[in-house]
Amino acid sequence: MAKEIKFTEETMALVQRMIKRYPEGKQKSAIIPILHLAQMEFDGWLDVPVMDYVASILKIQPIEVYEVASFYSMFNLKPVGKCLIEVCRTGPCWLLGAEDIVRHIEKKLNIKDGETTPDGMFTLKTVECLAACGTAPVIQVGETYHESMTCESVDNMLNDYKSKGERKTHYDKKHVH
Amino acid sequence: MGKQLLLEHINVPGIETLGVYRANGGYKALEKALKMKPEEIVNEVKASGLRGRGGAGFPTGLKWSFIAKPEGVPRHLVCNADESEPGTFKDRFLMQKNPHILIEGMILSSFALGANVSYIYIRGELLYVYHILEKAIQDAYDAGLLGKNIMGSGYDLELYVHCGAGAYICGEETALLESLEGKRGNPRIKPPFPAVSGVWGRPTVVNNVETIAATVPIINMGGAEYAKIGVGKSTGTKLISACGHINKPGVYEIELGLPCEEFLNSDQYCGGIKNGKKFKAVVAGGSSVPILPGALFLTTAKGEPRLMSYESLGDGGFATGTMLGSGGFIVLDETASIVKNLWNFTRFYHHESCGQCSPCREGTGWMEKILHRILEGHGKLSDVDLLWDIQSKIEGKTICPLGEAAAWPVASAIRHFRTEFEEYVKNPMSIKDVKHYYNVRNEKAPVA
Repeated sequence: MAKEIKFTEETMALVQRMIKRYPEGKQKSAIIPILHLAQMEFDGWLDVPVMDYVASILKIQPIEVYEVASFYSMFNLKPVGKCLIEVCRTGPCWLLGAEDIVRHIEKKLNIKDGETTPDGMFTLKTVECLAACGTAPVIQVGETYHESMTCESVDNMLNDYKSKGERKTHYDKKHVH
Repeated sequence: MGKQLLLEHINVPGIETLGVYRANGGYKALEKALKMKPEEIVNEVKASGLRGRGGAGFPTGLKWSFIAKPEGVPRHLVCNADESEPGTFKDRFLMQKNPHILIEGMILSSFALGANVSYIYIRGELLYVYHILEKAIQDAYDAGLLGKNIMGSGYDLELYVHCGAGAYICGEETALLESLEGKRGNPRIKPPFPAVSGVWGRPTVVNNVETIAATVPIINMGGAEYAKIGVGKSTGTKLISACGHINKPGVYEIELGLPCEEFLNSDQYCGGIKNGKKFKAVVAGGSSVPILPGALFLTTAKGEPRLMSYESLGDGGFATGTMLGSGGFIVLDETASIVKNLWNFTRFYHHESCGQCSPCREGTGWMEKILHRILEGHGKLSDVDLLWDIQSKIEGKTICPLGEAAAWPVASAIRHFRTEFEEYVKNPMSIKDVKHYYNVRNEKAPVA
């Protein structure tokens, strides 16, 4: 069936270092950073067995992971494409053309906000203020902020990601060593 | 341009590295602080008149003096780097470009508070800045500026970065502590205050990035000197992140008391409204503060020129004033729709509500739907009074200030721009942007 759910050695070493940042017995504090690593390792989203695995590492009940994963908007509880295109939709970005950017991407990729392209490459998701309002409109893909976007630069960005074909996650695996 | 205490070296190549930071005076404040007694540092911060730069403006020295000191119980300083208030991007700018000013501030502030383990809680979307901070922290450890016996002073400090995962509410200090404990970001009832019972029940102080960074120039120049900058109870400098329909959006460090007209129109700052359009309104301190029509922003109701300070922006209360807030300065020109902008902010608060309190959880949803039907051309004149009624029943009736943050924009938009709401109701087809999308997620719009 599915491949075994287990962190690589490097990622597990990072997990253990993260746990040590918190006082003895308070390892549950590491849950959010570890869930970011889980998304990085397991296709960008948190399936139930993945959340159960994290619960076992932290020696807490699965429900304690489910309730955190369902609260925070960066955690994906359904599969996502290789590149999750997160377009800011709050105030200043909206004033400066974010709505046009969203419509443009919907038309270009033929998907609606929240949907994934049939080839599994892109998922479009509108998000709230990314703290980059001075260079609005803003898009986040993985850890990268794409700023001062226009429909043209959006096209270039999408083509670039498509040609590389790599999965982008918020916690970029280049930081794990 | 006024004194640049935080941004003085921001454009020096390599300032994000320890070597260049130290070559430009970095870690001198820490060296000085470690030779002082913790109470002396607290007194300098009190003397400086520094107020919380995250938005609430609470006197920092006073907040520090509240920390409980039970014997044998560890204390913690937690930096609030969860910057999520729409319009605000100053902390990200500072941390990304000059991480060491925050780290130096964290070390000397932790020393002042008697904390030996401190955390920087940064929002999850800013993971790339998390890594910048981690690198800078590692460099500080390698140079003996963190860890055991810092600079030979006998003081130990472990400093860690912690990340969130997308929740505006975690910028509220008690929700932040819940999140730091690994839970859902539900704010706590106060009292008890974090200074008595914070993270893991231990005495904790939570301060904004800019507040902690400001302790560096305060120790360098002394609190009294810092207090000479500014006006009244608004001492020192403030980072303002300006955005919206202006010529020069960006982060500016201003001396508090700068005239508002100068901040908006001078080429040293925002450079005036883009494309020669007229100035319609401004949300001067992050989406939560009351919106003000252009004329009232530039001049108080009494007819005096308004200044960028806590007192002056608050002149007239909410009837004719606003707040300095976080410094997220959003400018709207004549092409902007106040009603549409309000719907956008209300949608934001509804989405970000943690859900604990019925007035907020339900009320923000109702306001969003009513504003949506007004925008779609199905509104009634009574809807405006209904919106006023709903926001008045949220304000003051919730565990945390997100309730107020959702209520104040609605109240101020109606107070100052009622005729625009009525225009949408009376002449729906004449409004250019009637073709309007609900919640962008293509969810079915509710029955009007």
